[in-house]
Amino acid sequence: MASICSMLPELLCKFPAIDDTSIRIARKTIDDGFKGFVRAYGNAIDALVQPLQWFLNFLEGVFVNSPWIIILAVMVAVVYAGSRNMRITLGTALAMFAIGLVGLWNDTMITLAMVTVCTLISILIGIPIGIVMARSERAQSIVNPILDVMQTMPSFVYLIPVVMIFGIGKVPGLIAVVIYAVPPMIRLTNLGIRLVDKEVLEAADAFGSSGWQKLKNVQMPLALPTIMAGINQTIMMSLAMVVVASMIGVGGLGRNVLQAINNQFFTVGFLNGFSLVAIAIIFDRTSQAFGRRLQKHSEVIHG
Amino acid sequence: MASHAIEVKNLYKIFGSNGQAYVDRVKAGLGKAELNEKHGHVLGLQDINISMPAGGIMVVMGLSGSGKSTLIRHINRLIDPTAGEVLYDGVDICKMNENDLREFRRHKTAMVFQKFALLPHRTVIENTIYGLEIQGVNRSESEKRARGWIERVGLKGFENHYPNQLSGGMQQRVGLARALTNDADILLMDEAYSALDPLIRVDMQTVLLDLQKELKKTVVFITHDLDEALRLGDKIAILRDGKVVQQGSGQEIVLKPADDYITAFVKEVNRGRVINVETIMQPMSGEQSGIPITKGTVLEHAARQMTANNVTTAHIVDAAGRPVGTIDLAAIISSMVTPTTHLQAA
Repeated sequence: MASICSMLPELLCKFPAIDDTSIRIARKTIDDGFKGFVRAYGNAIDALVQPLQWFLNFLEGVFVNSPWIIILAVMVAVVYAGSRNMRITLGTALAMFAIGLVGLWNDTMITLAMVTVCTLISILIGIPIGIVMARSERAQSIVNPILDVMQTMPSFVYLIPVVMIFGIGKVPGLIAVVIYAVPPMIRLTNLGIRLVDKEVLEAADAFGSSGWQKLKNVQMPLALPTIMAGINQTIMMSLAMVVVASMIGVGGLGRNVLQAINNQFFTVGFLNGFSLVAIAIIFDRTSQAFGRRLQKHSEVIHG
Repeated sequence: MASHAIEVKNLYKIFGSNGQAYVDRVKAGLGKAELNEKHGHVLGLQDINISMPAGGIMVVMGLSGSGKSTLIRHINRLIDPTAGEVLYDGVDICKMNENDLREFRRHKTAMVFQKFALLPHRTVIENTIYGLEIQGVNRSESEKRARGWIERVGLKGFENHYPNQLSGGMQQRVGLARALTNDADILLMDEAYSALDPLIRVDMQTVLLDLQKELKKTVVFITHDLDEALRLGDKIAILRDGKVVQQGSGQEIVLKPADDYITAFVKEVNRGRVINVETIMQPMSGEQSGIPITKGTVLEHAARQMTANNVTTAHIVDAAGRPVGTIDLAAIISSMVTPTTHLQAA
């Protein structure tokens, strides 16, 4: 290599990086600036997300403090109401029972509360953004790259600013999970609305629908299968992310997994891992069966 | 409810980023091909002038790409024109603001689509009340009106089915019921029957003609099928490459095709079902002979009546029963077969 380099000007051989001093100064300026920002506005931001904390604590309290038999009964009822499928319902009961037997009931409840709140927030944020994206090419061209960053940026990296702003705890964990889980919700809402049959939209226009009537009567109902797929993906990604979020203070199954990694507890790790898998499968099957039931009208009976 | 006529005046539509800039040059003679090749704009419609009869069925006929679907979308302005006017009851639809346009679409027009365009997640009755729901009519009132129309189009008993559970013909009946429930003055039918198989298509044409006898709406019907055009149209306009090639009654078009293009079209037509007896009758000479045939009867029916009565001549009478002319079987037959000049032209 040296021989080739000897024939080239140095500039083309060694990458002309900015010198270390400048980098250090830039880094220090940005870090200090961010820290200053956190010092100045940290309390205000904390106050802003306080309702999330209350909501999360409340739900966690309900899940953890209720007698297990009530929670199990409610879960089985919800799963049956959603899926109308005895196999899924029975599977849910058995899986939850097994989780209780190995002593992970409380941790599972904490995780369940976390995932529920994360999913609700993701839906609440994701659907409106998806709608805006579907209605405007410009919004789409702005939001899409942001979503790309959110999905590909290693989650550990954005834990840094989240922790700097909010410290360690449930809410920062929740925010990290939502950042990770909301992109599929936004993307699939956008996609679903954009895939709505142009002729049906034209019909809605021809009958004089306003923008809101079109959204309510045509676009959202027809996009629903895709939106349901988005909700499903969001739940799955929340479940995956609660483990990572345990690094910044989220309790539940994730924390057990983290401890198992640190101490090489093979059995504990897998038990908690399988509990997460069980919850994931319950959520997935139930939401998919519910989605299919909503689409009953699309079954072709007449050829 | 008296229907009003629709006047389309000097309508131009040029698709592309800056269609407005080319209107004057198209008016000055810039052709469709040149506009497309040199300027990247597509000439959709040029210099359309049609007056659509109030309370009658106006058929716009043309092959794909002729601009017929573009034209009908100008009437409720699903497409904005590049230049020209569409007048309804003296108001230029093209100049309405957003609110007026929405009100116009809600109360004055109803549209039936080629691919039905029903809402798949709504039942037949819920689809039918769509227009009224948009207008804000309360549910029980709109359902009452919708049920009446569902029955009229022959779908009684299917109110709670979903569109996917119905055949194509039945789905289009829902489309028709949805449009009629709107109780609008103008009925726009964009190739409404083109996706249906031939028998059901004829069936649906009959439904439309029967309803029209009593409703007297201003119907604009788009089709690529000349037989359909001749059967339904009180007036027919034939479009080619965005221009009106000929307009007039079905008889006028069949008997006096404006050019070779239309001649080629009409040569396959069953002329016996289009031409009326008075068109070919001779003036009364001498006494009345044979059976009386009412004015306005088509040749095929006249021939059927004459053969059934075993006569070769007949006299034509007007609505009051006064004789106005005579006709014989030989003349009827020679008019029913396609003239050789037309055969050569094609």
